[in-house]
This record gives sequence, C-alpha cells and structure tokens, in this order.
Amino acid sequence: MTIFRLFSRFAPAWLAALLIVLALPAQAVVRDVYSFDTEGKQQRYQTMTAELRCPKCQNQNIADSNSPISEDMRDEVYRMMTNGASDVDIMDSLVGRFGEFIRYKPLVEKRTLLLWATPAISVLGGLLIVGGIVLRSRRNNQIDSELSAEERARVEKIMDGHNGKSDSQA
Amino acid sequence: MKRVLLFLPLLVALALGVLLFSGIGKDPTKLESALVGKAMPEFALEDLHRPEVQVSQQVFQGEPRLLNVWGTWCPSCRDEHADLMWLAKNEGVPIVGLNYKDQRAEAKAWLERLGDPYSTSIYDPKGSLGFDLGVYGAPETFVIGADGTVLHRHVGVVNKQVWEETLRPLLNQAGGQY
Amino acid sequence: MMYPELGQFALILALLLAVLLAVVPLVGSVTGRDSLQAFARPLTAGMFVFVAVAFGILTYAFLTDDFSVAYVANNSNSLLPWYFKFSAVWGGHEGSLLLWILMLAGWTLAVAVFSQRLPTVMVSQVLSVLGIVCVGFLLFIVMTSNPFERILPNIPADGADLNPLLQDFGLIIHPPMLYMGYVGFSVAFAFAIAALINGRLDAAWARWSRPWTTVAWAFLTIGVALGSWWAYYELGWGGWWFWDPVENASLLPWLSGTALMHSLAVTEKRGVFKSWTVLLAIVTFALSLLGTFLVRSGVLTSVHAFASDPERGTFLLVLLAITVIGSLILYAVRAPTVHVRARYGSMSREIFLLLNNVMLVSATLLVAVGTLYPLVLDSLDMGKLSIGEPFFNLTFTPLAIAAGLLMGVGIFSRWKKTDAGWLARKLLWPLALSILISAAAIVGYGEFKLMAFLGIFTAVWVAVATCWDLLDKSNSRKGRMHGLKRQSRSYYGMVLGHLGLAMTIAGATVVSNYGIERDVRMESGDVATVGDYQFVFTDIGQRQGANFTAQYGGFDVLLDGRKVAELHPEKRQYSVGMNVMTEADIDAGFTRDIFVAIGERISDNAWAIRLQYKPLIRWLWLGAFIMALGGFLAVSDKRYRIRERATEPKAKPADSGSLVANPVMTSVTKPVITSEARS
Repeated sequence: MTIFRLFSRFAPAWLAALLIVLALPAQAVVRDVYSFDTEGKQQRYQTMTAELRCPKCQNQNIADSNSPISEDMRDEVYRMMTNGASDVDIMDSLVGRFGEFIRYKPLVEKRTLLLWATPAISVLGGLLIVGGIVLRSRRNNQIDSELSAEERARVEKIMDGHNGKSDSQA
Repeated sequence: MKRVLLFLPLLVALALGVLLFSGIGKDPTKLESALVGKAMPEFALEDLHRPEVQVSQQVFQGEPRLLNVWGTWCPSCRDEHADLMWLAKNEGVPIVGLNYKDQRAEAKAWLERLGDPYSTSIYDPKGSLGFDLGVYGAPETFVIGADGTVLHRHVGVVNKQVWEETLRPLLNQAGGQY
Repeated sequence: MMYPELGQFALILALLLAVLLAVVPLVGSVTGRDSLQAFARPLTAGMFVFVAVAFGILTYAFLTDDFSVAYVANNSNSLLPWYFKFSAVWGGHEGSLLLWILMLAGWTLAVAVFSQRLPTVMVSQVLSVLGIVCVGFLLFIVMTSNPFERILPNIPADGADLNPLLQDFGLIIHPPMLYMGYVGFSVAFAFAIAALINGRLDAAWARWSRPWTTVAWAFLTIGVALGSWWAYYELGWGGWWFWDPVENASLLPWLSGTALMHSLAVTEKRGVFKSWTVLLAIVTFALSLLGTFLVRSGVLTSVHAFASDPERGTFLLVLLAITVIGSLILYAVRAPTVHVRARYGSMSREIFLLLNNVMLVSATLLVAVGTLYPLVLDSLDMGKLSIGEPFFNLTFTPLAIAAGLLMGVGIFSRWKKTDAGWLARKLLWPLALSILISAAAIVGYGEFKLMAFLGIFTAVWVAVATCWDLLDKSNSRKGRMHGLKRQSRSYYGMVLGHLGLAMTIAGATVVSNYGIERDVRMESGDVATVGDYQFVFTDIGQRQGANFTAQYGGFDVLLDGRKVAELHPEKRQYSVGMNVMTEADIDAGFTRDIFVAIGERISDNAWAIRLQYKPLIRWLWLGAFIMALGGFLAVSDKRYRIRERATEPKAKPADSGSLVANPVMTSVTKPVITSEARS
C-alpha cells in the first residue's frame, strides 16, 4: 500500500530508476538472517532461540549472543526447523549435546517440582493465613458484641494494660 | 506455638547460609558433559596431516584415551601444550587431537614448531564433531573409554594437578595403567 | 607521594569510630547513662568525615591519573574523559564498596541529624545498630578490599582502561542510586532492631521508620529503572530485563521493600501486624546484603559480577550471616506474640494491605527461589540447571496481575471495615470503564492476545481506581479545587506511586506483546520493513572517537513514506583492550522506540542488522520515576515535619461504640490505642 503511494507520486523518477536497476543484477527482497517460509516457524524460531542459553557466555540466550558456539546452535536450530523437526526434537537434540544447562525453562520433573510449585504454595499459604486472621477477628467481634457496654469498657481497660505491658516486655 | 513459628525465618536463613557457603569457590562456568556414559558420536573427518585419510569414531576403540580439543586461535591451548607433551611422551598417554575451527596449514605449522603430542590428529574446520560433543570453548579434554564411551569432560587447561586428580584415576578406572 | 596511604589511614580511623559508635551509645541506652548516649551523634559525624575523606582521596587519584594506585591502574586510563574517570571510582569492586560505605555513613549521619524529635534511647540504639553494620563493611574493605593498594616501584605508564560497557552516562548515576536504595534500607533495619532491643514496638516506631523506608524505596526504584534503561540502550540487543541473577538481586529488596512500606502504613495507622513488619524490615535489608554478596562472591555467573574471589566471598558471607542470624535470633526471642485487640472486617483496608503483602512476598520468594535454585541443585550434586526469562515470565506475570487487580479493589477499601455490598457497587463503574479502555487499547494495537489484555487491563484498572478515588475524596461543597487542595502530600504521593506502577505495567505488557523484532541481512541501499516502518540502509562509514574507532551505518526510518528518523548505530573498537562494542541507535518517543543495531558482518557488503519496534517502552521507566516521585512527595508531608511529639489523639472513651462495626466508614483514621498515648 505504501509502496504504491510512493510509486504514483514519483512515477517518472521510478521509471528512470527501474531502467537503471534492470541494468544491474537483480536486487533481492531483504531477507531475515534466518528466514522461514511461514510466520509460524519464524515465531517458533524466535521463541526457541530465546529459551536456549549460550554455554560459553552463559548470561545470554543464543539469539542475543555473538559467540561462535551460539551461532552454531542457531544454525542447527534453523537447519532442523526447516527440515520439519518439532520443538521438542530440536531441544532434545541440543540438550543431548550441551546438557540441561542450556534450557532456560527447566523441565517439570522431580527435582524441579519445588521450584515450579513455589508461587502456588506461597500464595495459597498466604491466603490461608489471611483467612485465619479474618476468622479470628470475626470470632473476637462476636465475643465483643456479646458483652454489655460497661463490660466492654472494663475489658478494654484491662486489655490496654496487658497490651502496654506486652509491647514493652521481653 | 507462636514463639516457635518466629524461629522459622532463622532456620531458613541458616539453611541458606550453609548453601551459599558451599557454593563459594566453585566455578559456575564449568559444565558437565551431557555425553557422559554415551558412545562417542559418529563422525567422518580428515586426518590433519594426511587429508586423504578418513578418521572415524573407530579410532577410539581398543584402549582408554584422552581427546583434546584445541585451536591455534586459543591462547590457553598454548599454555597447556607443554603439559600435553609431557603426558604423551613421559607418561605414554594416547591423546587424540581435535583441531577445532582452525586452518590446516596453521595447525600443522603450530605442531611442528611446538611438538606433536597426538597419536592421531583430526581436522574439524567447521566444528561439526565439536558441536556433537557439546564443545563450547577450547581447550577441553575428554576421557574416552576403551569401547568408545565418553567418561568425562574437563573444561580448561590440563596441568599436572588435573592429571593427578581427575584424568589419571579415570583412565585407570577404564583399564589403563598410568 | 604518600597521599593514597592517607586514604587507607582514614578508613582505619573510620573503622575505629564505627566500633565506638556500635558499642558506646548502645551500652549507654541499656544502662540509662545519658553521657554515653551523647556520643552517638558526634561519633557518627566523625565516622562520616573520615569515610568522605577516603572517598575524596580515591577520586583525586583517579582524576589525576595516579596509576601507582592499583585500583586506578586497573580501572582507568589517561585517555578517558574526566567524567568517566570520576565514575570509574565505582567501576570496580573496591571502589564500589567504598561508595557503599560512603552512602552508609551518609545515611547514618542523616539519621543523626533528622532525629531530634526521637527519644534519646531510640536514637542511640538506631545509630549503634547502624554503627555495627558500618563496622562490618569497614572491616571488609580494610582487610580484604583496600582500594589504596599501590603498585610500587614500577608504576605502569598507563591504566588498563575502564570496561567500555561502563563508559557511559548510566554508570555515573545507576550505581549511586541503587546503593542509596540498598543502603537506605539499613535505616529501617536499624529501627527494627532498636525496637526489638528496647521493646518499644508500636505505632510511633512505625511512624518514625516510614519516611526513611519510603526514601530508600524511591531511590531503589530509580536505581533499578536506570539499570533497565541502561541495559536497553547500551547492551545492543534491545532487551530491558533479563532476569539475570544480579538484576534479580536488586529486584528482591525492591519487592520486599514495597511490602514493608505498605505494612508500615498498617502498623502506624492501626498498631497491628507489628511482628510481621519488623520481620519484613530485617528481611529487606538482608536481601540488600544478599545482593552485595552474590555480585562479589563468584557464586553465580552474571554480566554484572565483579571479580570473584573466594576469600572475599567467604568474608562477605560471614558478615551477612552474623547480621541476619543475629537479627533473626533477636526477632525470635523478642518479637511480640500477643495478638493486639484490633478488629478488622474481611474487606477492610488492613486485609487488602495484608493481601498485597502476600502477593509481594510471594513474588519475592519466587524470584529468590528461581535465582538460588541452580545453586541448591549444584550443591546437592543434582546437576547444573538454568532458570531464566521463560520461567520467570511464566510465573511472575500472574502474580503481578493478581497484585494489581487486588490493588485496584483495595484502593476503595476502608480501614477497619468495608461493607462487601457497598464495595461491589463502588467497583462497578470503574470496572466498566477499565474494560472499555482496555478493549480500545487492544483494538488499537491490532491483535488480541490474552496476556496482553490481562496486563493492559491490570494497568488501566489500577489507574482508573486511583483516579476514581481521587475524584471521590476531592468532592467538596466548596468546589473541586478546595477538595483537591485539602488532600495531603502523603495521599498524592500514594496516587503518584500507584499511577506510576500502572504506567510501568502498561509499558511492560505492550512492549512484550506488541513489540516486533527482525534480524535481517542488509546491504547498502536495501530497504527492510518492520511493522509499519521502513528502514533504508543509506550508508556505511568510519569515525574516530575519544578512545575508540567506530564503523557506523546510516539508516533512514520511514513511516508511511515519510522520514521520521535517521539512525547511526555503530560497532566500536576501543583503543585500549581492543574490546568491540555494539552501540545501537534509538529513536526515542513517548509512544514507541525505534531501535537499530549492527550485528555480524555476513560478507563484504552485507551485515546482519537488528531492527526493533518497541511500543510504549519508555512508559516502563517513566512509570518508575513517577513512582519514585510519589515516594519523595509522600515523605515531604507535613506530618513528618511537626515539631511536637505524640500528636495522635487520645483513645476514645469506650462507650462511643467504636468497637462495634460500622457499616459505612469514612476515611478518617481511627485513634491508635498504644502505649505511646499513655507516655
């Protein structure tokens, strides 16, 4: 759409350029360094290279790293993907050579169960505690509302004394 | 009960302390090989000195050997070279050399100048065998068993200490007499 | 020239004063001897002066190219521009440690100066605790990391140069801001320890701790944001957060510190959750120290790690252990266990803030576990594992979303009790508006992605709820302006803080979901398309910089045929050290960034070029700065500048029915029944 607008505005210039260009070897469409036939594969490639850790520099994924081994690994991912291999196959093939270290997303297995379960355990545990606090508060409310006004005053006085002591005690 | 709960953070901190303490001094950049226990990957590459000769994984059959990955572009390889020579000549250890991502002419000249500790030298200009072995940076030295099984990978230079502590015991475990 | 040794001497003197500071006022406070306690402020001032002198001497050595000092020789070079020579002072381990200590001494001095209204016992103990921390770090620097070591008699002709990655404006401000934050949490820590020692753990303690915590938090927010921004434009591949162990180390105290800030608010207003708040104060500072340890011990690999050294690592770990374990023993033994007799309904503000804490602490735990887990497994010989971005994105994002959603609801909640039905009715219109705005945003960006919608909705929800509450509160019979003026700075600080967070969440969501990245092979004259933009590779050239030579490429960026930017990314080779750096060029904008970096040379004419379209990325950092601004605004509230003490109203008499739940609550704070009111 954009090219079309450009084209019509500068038609004479384009015609001249066209003639010049035809005289030169054909200019290819700009290609990705690693180009795939489908958008889906392109996405898979980007995701996968972001999930693989460079074993040499160790703190970059192979998409970002300039080291030779990362380049080799990117080439291998590209080669296998264009040959139709699945994500799991490609991962397994690379992990089989370089070890689990290069997986940035650890597998869910026995030794990583605790890792993956951490957020759930933490949130659920926290919610249980909060729930307990709310229940305790409700129970205290109930006890309060069963007292008469005078009794309430007495309780408060006693509790203030107790609280004051407990705050400054060992 | 509540008082006991208050000791929980302390226990967690103590456990963490022990953990972190044990991590000091370890080098996190040295990775174990994923191939330990598996057979040498198959390959067909040229001999460094004689291009007409093909070398394959058969060269590892028969006795336990070391496989040393090196290149003329690697300064640490230069550092460990004298130790490799000592291992090959004095201790009689069979070392197969894998010339990794290098130029044949330069590699040959290097070995002529400095000495050749390798019983066989493989020429891997594209690094394909290196890739299959999971090599990520030279120098690396593998211990290969008599049946061609990968037993261990050492990342970094080989020196007397590495030989005594790691390589020699492994070779002997695999049937060697060093 | 003997002056560098003077620097070393100054540090030793500072150490001696720190030891005195750690002991004398503390003893005085426990035995009731005012004469000893009177030493606290002078000792603090003296310690600060000597640390400042040492820092000044090191800076002088850098600015005058004194390569007889080993640290200067390792981190500087005569060709370095003067402002980088200045920031090179903290470019390596020893110097950055000295910066840390300078900040620590500075914060201690600030506490000494701004604590005139506090009871003497509290001041003595807080300063002594800070003194103990200073002793630890001064011991560390004097015994293992002396920045004034000399290379004599063979003084090198020139220095090894500052790492080119650090030769950047970011280095000048990122570490100082970060350290101001890390170190600032030592004050909240000191207040917590002092309260445990003297037993005076009450709402007053919370009120004193709050401004210090908020300022430290604001600085840390800026520090972390600067780090992210710096990584983005300096590292050359357009990322803004890598979940790198050292980045995580800075995020941990931030998450914990945010929880602490909110918990302190509850403790101050209602006198509850005291034990929890104290624990958070200890944990937050412990996380700051943990971060220091991780960066300098070599235990984890990171782009940030300073030269790793087992000896230093051990020393630091012992320091960390003594501090943390000592505090936690004190905590376990002396933290109050009696339940304060406060009442709160299930939808009260207290409960929402508690839920906020649950989310933040869960996030903290997640990041901590994710960062340390590889270490755990390795120590147990269970293999070397990697935990990186994909893991954290998957697990952190839901927590952030949950926290944001709760926050929006919580903003409407009232102290002590909120009626569920009233709350639900209150939420309806904001909810509808938020859904509408989020839907519009999704349509604007084109594709519907679930995570994008959730993230944008969370951000919009927080913003709408915040503004709605502001509108509610500023309703006044005397007009809107009067209503707005009536709100405290503390309140506006909170508003800015929450709006800033909404902005950050929006930025993170949009750039992660709608950003486009392409690595293309280009020759001079080629045109590449990314989204709606065209990139024309116009020319290649070379240029000479102050201490490097650069190959640059020229790119014209077109949108709908119209040129919007000219970018010149470079590949630089630095003269000393021969490092090659990728310098991306960025066209920055409020709604989007255009990012171009030169990659590998593919052939004689062709290069791999990285092109990126980053929508709303600036919102990430702008939001952070607004959050920090909110923090500073809140601290300038006049309640912290009132000269008189004990300004809380006395407890109401019991028969006013204040203990019975009221269905409709106002936002006026209830009087706090504490021991302070009686003193």
